[in-house]
Formats: sequence, structure tokens, C-alpha cells
Amino acid sequence: MLDTAVMQHAETTAGADHPIKIAIAGLDFFYGRFQALRNVSLNVCERQITAFIGPSGCGKSTFLRALNRMNDVIEGARTQGRVLLDGEDIYAPDVDVVALRRRVGMVFQRPNPFPMSIFDNVAFGPRIHGFARGAELEDLVERSLTRAALWDEVKDILRQSAFSLSGGQQQRLCIARVLAVDPEVVLMDEPCSALDPISTLRIEELMNELKENYTIVIVTHNMQQAARVSHVTGFFLHGELIELGPSAKMFTQPDDKRTEDYITGRFG
Amino acid sequence: MTQPIRQTFEEQLAALQQDVVRMGSLASEAVQRAIQILTERDPEIAREVMDLENQIDALNLAIESRAVELLALQQPMARDLRTIVAVLRIITDIERIGDYSVDTSRQAVTLMEQPLFKPLVDIPRMARLVQSMLHDTLEGFVHRDLKLAMQAVHRDDEVDAAYRSLHDELTQFIQRDPGLTSQAIALLLIGTYLERMADHVTNIGERIWYMETGDLKELHE
Repeated sequence: MLDTAVMQHAETTAGADHPIKIAIAGLDFFYGRFQALRNVSLNVCERQITAFIGPSGCGKSTFLRALNRMNDVIEGARTQGRVLLDGEDIYAPDVDVVALRRRVGMVFQRPNPFPMSIFDNVAFGPRIHGFARGAELEDLVERSLTRAALWDEVKDILRQSAFSLSGGQQQRLCIARVLAVDPEVVLMDEPCSALDPISTLRIEELMNELKENYTIVIVTHNMQQAARVSHVTGFFLHGELIELGPSAKMFTQPDDKRTEDYITGRFG
Repeated sequence: MTQPIRQTFEEQLAALQQDVVRMGSLASEAVQRAIQILTERDPEIAREVMDLENQIDALNLAIESRAVELLALQQPMARDLRTIVAVLRIITDIERIGDYSVDTSRQAVTLMEQPLFKPLVDIPRMARLVQSMLHDTLEGFVHRDLKLAMQAVHRDDEVDAAYRSLHDELTQFIQRDPGLTSQAIALLLIGTYLERMADHVTNIGERIWYMETGDLKELHE
């Protein structure tokens, strides 16, 4: 059941006409004594692209990792507050974290292909979760690589090591690997920072296509990228969500002076 | 205190705004000189109006070109973006004021052929109002003084009232003496140009409102 109290507490977003996929309420996060997130509340809407911007160390990546419990592996880390995926608390004691991370996949800043072939990288997830084999698996790998805008470049070298690919290709391979397990939410942490401009635009176009089926949350230092791809943008500063709103408004008429100062390159 | 990180961009943006003010000053001078043709009975001043108009047109193109360049190369956001969009609209309004000044000077020259049948009252007053409106809106633009700009825009009502007064007066003259029609029409056209100029200043006020608040709003009645 959807936790209505939490939903009401969370700030609504521009995607009011889209159902809420993730509701975050009163989220605090600590690295030991250091508080990296402060009382963050917002809703991420289904099948929309939500972008988070902010200076280094503002907490945006920590926030992103909180959405599929990637922070759990950090020693001394502590989370308070609630993160509801389709109304269910992902921090509840009985949550299967592996299953959660299949539903909420992640693409990291640096490409991190596994030391195996291109094909096996993409097939890895489906094999682990046991939902495809044989011709079906081959179809799934092709489909995933196509969606990641990589198929044409690798279709004849599928058995080669993933490390034989360029950095940009490796990143698209990682996106294909996430898509292969058919996630509901895709988290992207600076996914294009290692890509050339053309590959970046292809990934952005890809994101635009993926939003038809997936909820996408992206953290980026590239404000133009956030402006280009996202429906909703949030601005983090010192662990606080300063402002969240439709990207068209955030980049032309932000409400908060701190947002204005950040996106126009002024700080003080 | 806010510390600009993009110092070069800040300077380019400030220079762009200063050039808009310079363009506005030229337009204001063009209005003044066009009316001086009437008040000083000197048709030679029309050349100066044309020269000012040429400078205004050149600045219009130069500013537009630089504004587009800043959009493309600097990808401005938020207020910076709104400022450049405002600049692109404001220069169009100033350019139109320049055009109306030339129109005014042409009509004024036709009035040199015979003595005026009435003393000039409303027309010089309207011109002064347009000049002060233009001056104050552009001061508001460059100094981010929305109040000053809005006060200036409200003086459009005085221009409209003066125009109505001029219209009524000239209509009465024509009714009394149809032989005055030609001269009255020329004077009325000048009044119409000045009234339109004030409307363009109001448009400028709307752009300043947008630049400062982010809201697009019609300031005309």
C-alpha cells in the first residue's frame, strides 16, 4: 500500500500528471558523524527523467545511491527517513537488496565492465536472475545493446573482451547491462562524463527513448545536459534539496537565489 | 556578497546592456532632433535624424549578433538568459522608435512650407514624455530598478491623454477651417508617431518586468 502520510509529506513535482514511482520523505544520511543528506523530501514520477545538479560534495550522488541502497556497503553509513518504491519502503528489514537493485538499476560515472566478453557482460544479469537463455538470451542481449546505441559497433565482436572497447563504448555497454535485467528505474551517476560529445548526445537521445518505459534519475555536473534531457530538476547544496521543479522553470526562473547563483555561475 | 565566477561573461553581458542604453540614448536624441525641426523651423536637422537612425540600425544589428553569440557560446541560464532575451526584444522596440523619429522628421519638414496655424503645445510635451520614459526604463534596465522602469511606463497614460487632446483640438480646427486639413493631418501623424513610440517604451517595460521577475506580462491597458 502507498504510504499516504509520506506521500503528502513529500514535495510534489512538476510531473503531477505522472504517478509517483519513488517517494522520499525526511531522508537523512550520515557517513559516520558527517551528515551528507538533510531531511530530503521529494517525489520521483514514473516514466520521467529527474535530474539532480549541485556542486561537488553537495550530496546528489549520495542521494542517488540511497535510492537503491548502494550506500549500505559503506562502513559507518546510516540512513534515516523513508524511500518508498511503488509505496513500499526499500529500507524495510525484509527487503531483498539484490531484487531491489534489479528493479532500480544503476549506471556509474566510470564505466565498469566485468572482465568478460561483451556478450557475457550484457547476459550476466539475465543469467543470474535466470530469466533468459539460448536464443531468447541472444535476443535480449541484442535488444539491450541496440537500446544502448552500441549494437552496430559491437555486433561482430560480441565474444571479444569488454575491455577492448573504448571508454565511451564501455559506458554504453554498462547501460546495456542495466537494461538487460529490465529495471523499472535507472539511476545514472554522471553517465556521460567519460563520453565524447556525439556519444553524449546519443545517450541523451537514448534516455529520451527509455523514459517511455523506465523512470530515470540522473545526477550530472553538466547543467546543459540536465536542461536538455530532464523533465524535473532538483538542486542540492550542502546535503539539502534547495529547490525542485520543472526543468524549463528551473533553468529560466528558479525560485531560490542559491539555485539562481549556482546555475548562472555565481556563488556567494 | 555574490562573487562572479564567469567574469568574462559578466563583462560581455554588461557591455551588451550598456550598448542597449547607448542605442536608447541615440533614439531619444533622434526624437528630440525630429521635434526641433518644428520648434526651430530648421529642416536641415532632418539629416541629423537620419544619421542617428543609421547609427541605431547599425547598433541594432551589432547587439543582436552579439546576443545570439552569447546564447550559443555561453549557454546562459535563468536571469542571464532572461536578460539576453530581453535585450533581443528591447532593441527591436528602440529600433522602431528610431524609425518613427524619421517619420516624424519627414512630416515636420512638410510643415516648413507655411507658418503653423497653432502654437505647439502637446507635441513637444509628448516628445519630452517619450524621452523621459525611454531614459528611465533603460536606467531601470541597466540598474535593475524595476520600480523606476514601471513608473516610467505609467507615464504612457499622460502621452495617451496628450494625444487625445491633440486629436480633439486638430479635429476642431479642421471642422472650423477645412483649409487647415493638410497641416492638421501632418501634426496628427506626428502625434500618432509619438503615441506609438510611448507604446514601444511600454513594451520595453514589459521586457524589464520579465527580466526581473521571470513573468511575461502585458503592461498595456
